[in-house]
Amino acid sequence: MAETLDQAFVLLKQWLVDRFPADLQPLLSAFLSAAAIVGVFAGLFAFTTWLERKGLARIQNRLGPNRVGPYGLFQPIADGLKMLTKEDIVPRSADQLVHFLAPIMKVVPVLLAYAVIPVGRNMVATDLEAGLLFFLAVGSATELAVFMAGWGSHNKYSLLGAMRAIAQLISYEIPLVFAALGVVLVAGSLSLPAIVDSQAGYDWGGLARWHVFTPWGLAGFGLFMIAATAKTARSPFDLPEGESEIIAGHMVEYSGFKYALFYLGEYLSLFAISGVGITLFLGGWREPFSWLAWMPSYVWFGLKLLACIVGFIWLRGTMPRLRADQLMNFAWKFMFPMTLVTVVAAAAWHLSAGWNFTGAGLWRWALDAAVILIPYRLLGARHLAPRTYRFAD
Amino acid sequence: MDAAFLIAAGLTLAAAVAAMSLRNLIHCALCLVVTFFGVAALFLLLGAEFVSFAQVMVYVGAIAILIVFATLLTRSAGVTGEPLAFQPWLVGLGIAGLVVGAIVTSVAGSGLLPTESSRIVAAAPSTRELGEQLMSTYVLPLEVVGLLLTAALIGAAVLGLREPKPSTPPPKP
Amino acid sequence: MSPLERYLIVAALLFGIGLAGALTRRNAILVLAGIELMLTAANLNFIAFWRYGGHPADSGTGIVFVLFSIAVAAAETAVGLALIVTIYRHRHSTKLDEFDELKG
Repeated sequence: MAETLDQAFVLLKQWLVDRFPADLQPLLSAFLSAAAIVGVFAGLFAFTTWLERKGLARIQNRLGPNRVGPYGLFQPIADGLKMLTKEDIVPRSADQLVHFLAPIMKVVPVLLAYAVIPVGRNMVATDLEAGLLFFLAVGSATELAVFMAGWGSHNKYSLLGAMRAIAQLISYEIPLVFAALGVVLVAGSLSLPAIVDSQAGYDWGGLARWHVFTPWGLAGFGLFMIAATAKTARSPFDLPEGESEIIAGHMVEYSGFKYALFYLGEYLSLFAISGVGITLFLGGWREPFSWLAWMPSYVWFGLKLLACIVGFIWLRGTMPRLRADQLMNFAWKFMFPMTLVTVVAAAAWHLSAGWNFTGAGLWRWALDAAVILIPYRLLGARHLAPRTYRFAD
Repeated sequence: MDAAFLIAAGLTLAAAVAAMSLRNLIHCALCLVVTFFGVAALFLLLGAEFVSFAQVMVYVGAIAILIVFATLLTRSAGVTGEPLAFQPWLVGLGIAGLVVGAIVTSVAGSGLLPTESSRIVAAAPSTRELGEQLMSTYVLPLEVVGLLLTAALIGAAVLGLREPKPSTPPPKP
Repeated sequence: MSPLERYLIVAALLFGIGLAGALTRRNAILVLAGIELMLTAANLNFIAFWRYGGHPADSGTGIVFVLFSIAVAAAETAVGLALIVTIYRHRHSTKLDEFDELKG
């Protein structure tokens, strides 16, 4: 029974595909996967906008949306209608074609990225052998969308915002890649389903063997999620948007549906990158304890994704925005060396897997933790001192 | 001739022509991106998945962005009435045409090229085998490339540094 | 036309377009872009020969060469564009035919 429930969607798709002639089947299978991805994650986008507004409101001691439907749950529909009925303004001096293509360029690569993320057991659109590289490659195409939006609008604020955004995206792409590299090293594969499989099994009577439960994995997960926050331009790294200084940056000249597309692209890339973080470090769709294995795999993936989203909302509600120089210093002087250290720590973990003397497990842990903590102490020592503030007077 | 090849090749070549002939440099850079995507698609058709993704990541994610940045930094994006090309531009075009003609005729007339596929795509080395080859057979070139990239990084950073203004003007000869 | 030939011809055309751009355009950035196109055309040739050439099936020589070539292209672009930006600071121009002196 649990087996059938776990594979319900896979079986449903198989049943649907079997109704059709054989030469249509591959096409239909791809189409069904794509339709499911678009439907589910667009729905999640609508829900997240509501959750975010409610969550931020709670943090700021407000009520948040509470007029449309019970608890304001239909607010996303109202927002969507408002966006669709707004006038679509294109500045007269804008580069018409580039201005038009930028929002499409933002959304399409993000949707492509979902093709390689396993959302459940046997539930991945395409199991590419170099899936992680594919994800990173399509992720780098969003930089171009930001530039096209900023330059195509022919507005100095949007160009400035785009330049800021690209500098930030490129700087945080490197820590992102290096943080993921440790997992690739240990799992021995770039394919995301294979990486999930490398985290199968249990230790210590029931705790799953996720990468996040190792010293290098914990550090890697933290660094990956920080880099992901910056890569998706979420607060506290939301300088590209910076509504209080450069009024939405590269999106300033967009209105109506095109603006909604940017918004959608931003949230979808947040989900995608969280999904990859979950796959790399949190065991993908695997359950945390052996006695929870009866729950369907996609439920676990959904719960972890929701936990990540709540974490992002919490972060946004409580952290102030960084300055541009702090952002760059953090990327190059802390994140980049620390992710290199996690790669070394992952290699040490991988090499020490064969130890079999008494207390080998503890020694392995201690060694790996030392590899992480000593450089962290050295690199982060400056930041541990009490901060001095300068006030304008 | 399958449709996928025709579309990818046509897109690549058309975008390349546009990238080399448009007046606005930003448009040129954006067309260049389309060309790189087209070449990545051709790589995919040839069964070289890893190279295709690496191509997108490096060329679109890094090189195109660099070109765009350099265009903006040197203020050459604006459309001016100046001539686009060197004056005897027909000479350059002629040389390029001669080169293409020579290659195409020699390719088309060659009897040495294998006429059909000698390889099944499934037999292509997997990403894992590729990594193992990089780390064993090709480890020396790999290290050299690493050294080259480091040198390029340092070189570009040094070139990009703003030179300090000399406090005293250099003596006139 | 055999599958290999058509890829070789596309690569030749791409090379020719890059060459024409590099030889005729006045802007240094576009000349660099033309050189990139020529490098890409060479990469396409490598992959085409790797796919259709007659050599052991599990050999990754063509792919590995292209990976190195991509790395070299990245290095070349970074240094080349840094040079162009530096020259622009001195001469306030990126037109190649205006760089006709050895003195900076």
